[in-house]
Amino acid sequence: MADPRGHPNGDWTSFRDPTAQSHQFGSSSIVDMENMDDTSGSSFEDIAEAPGGTTGLGEVGGDEGRTGKPGQDDVVEEDEEFLGIKGLKGQLGKQVAGQVWEAGRQQAARAFSLYANIDLLRPYFDVETVQVRKRLLESFVPRKNMKVPQKLPRELYGPLMLVFTMVAILLQGMKTSGTIVSQGTLMGTAIGTCFGYWLGVSSLLYFLAYICNSKITMVQILSMLGYGMFGPCLVLFITYNIHLHSLFYVLWLVGGGLPTLRMVCALSSRTTGQRQRLVLCCTLASLHLLFLLYLHFAYHRVIEELLVTLEEQPAFIPRQQRELVPPEVATSPASLRIATMSLIRSSPPIL
Amino acid sequence: MAANEFSADFTDVSVHENVPVEGNIRISVPLASEDEDMSTLDEPVKDTIMRDLKAVGKKFVHVLYPKNNDELLRDWDLWGPLIVCVFLAMMLQGKGADSPTHGVPQFAEVFVTVWFGAIVVTFNSHLLGGTISFFQSLCVLGYCIMPLSVSLLLCHVTLLAKGSLPLAMFIVRFICVTLAFAWATFASTTFLGNSQPPNRKALAVYPIFLFYFVISWMIITNVT
Repeated sequence: MADPRGHPNGDWTSFRDPTAQSHQFGSSSIVDMENMDDTSGSSFEDIAEAPGGTTGLGEVGGDEGRTGKPGQDDVVEEDEEFLGIKGLKGQLGKQVAGQVWEAGRQQAARAFSLYANIDLLRPYFDVETVQVRKRLLESFVPRKNMKVPQKLPRELYGPLMLVFTMVAILLQGMKTSGTIVSQGTLMGTAIGTCFGYWLGVSSLLYFLAYICNSKITMVQILSMLGYGMFGPCLVLFITYNIHLHSLFYVLWLVGGGLPTLRMVCALSSRTTGQRQRLVLCCTLASLHLLFLLYLHFAYHRVIEELLVTLEEQPAFIPRQQRELVPPEVATSPASLRIATMSLIRSSPPIL
Repeated sequence: MAANEFSADFTDVSVHENVPVEGNIRISVPLASEDEDMSTLDEPVKDTIMRDLKAVGKKFVHVLYPKNNDELLRDWDLWGPLIVCVFLAMMLQGKGADSPTHGVPQFAEVFVTVWFGAIVVTFNSHLLGGTISFFQSLCVLGYCIMPLSVSLLLCHVTLLAKGSLPLAMFIVRFICVTLAFAWATFASTTFLGNSQPPNRKALAVYPIFLFYFVISWMIITNVT
């Protein structure tokens, strides 16, 4: 078959020279435009510099010029005009202009390729109801097999929905506990906590897995940790509505422990070396179990008590006033409470 | 023989990916009917507004009596969702506007929650392979908040009866909001359900359920 761009056969050129030339011209000019789009903006100006023959990049422009001269001439004229308007003839100015142009172009391209980005994510959402149900139930069943790397799904629908569910449960728990913070703050805190935990711990685990030479990808960690939040979701939903500490501890062991054990088994089956396994699994287990405890006790309480404190006393006492407070008042339970709360207050992520 | 070779070569060249296709492609389109062609530039503003209001009202009726027809999807608009959302935000804001720490959501918070939630649900439906467009989905989700807005109005009416049987009034409000929540979920599922593959319908419905659940929870906690 004849290649219309640069290597025409004898038969082809003898029969239809004009057509072949026009195709050659068209295709070469298109190649120039594509190169200009793909490479950085500065190469556009370097092509213009090519006749001067100053830089190495100018040679690239020269190579492109050899493939299609008519297109290049147009580009040179336009570019000279462009440079004349700009008034920046120094190399630095051109580079900055090129970088600014490139950054703007990339941002615009990113905004326009929203649907393309959705298509990139689509494989991770290619799942059926039965599969999600099965994975949710399996998140309570640890698998003991450590010799063969366990199969981990690369799916994000379930984890994402579980994180959103946890946000809703946290919101409900805060409201039923009589928390009186403006709802936006609660919503922001709940979203920040849940997504922060999911993404933050996944990133930490991925970093540790990279150091420990574990065979696991980021998506697999996100999926594993996300499905591991099904147990905590159930535990929180039950214990926010039934206030029994003993019930919480039992549920914490079962609903928090079993998913953690499953994740630990999966991680250790994909890691070689006892020390590496220990580091990874201890980090995961401690973080996951403590997160559930945190959500039930500390976080929940902090918000609640903070608001009680805010109701009782003004939240902010100026330093001068604080120094004037007599010592017996300063050591009273209420003021101690304020001091404790002000310490705790700095720790929770109130958005 | 030569002619055959030429035609074969020509076919190869014409389908080559690097060769741009040029020229005008004219498609004979049948003339639009007179109704579609009618210009609305010189009609009174009142007619224009009334026509749009009628269209919005018709869609509200579709939500109140959800049938499996695609009028809500075909002629989508965002006027209805905007009206409902502003109403919801204004009613929920209520007396707490003066004191931000009084446990009442602010206007912007409700507004952002509703739109952000609807966008998340829509993206999820797209990622699951739904065949519905972005704004169609936003339109349906927005219109289907209407039952919840009605329930909020009823809750405020029950609040007028102060001091008389608070528990009974709370139960009435709870039932009211629960019914509205079920109604909203059912209506949006009716309109959006067909756009999903049958084996993924539950996956698409769950975030809708969660979305309306959060809004219902905001309403219940606001009026207690």
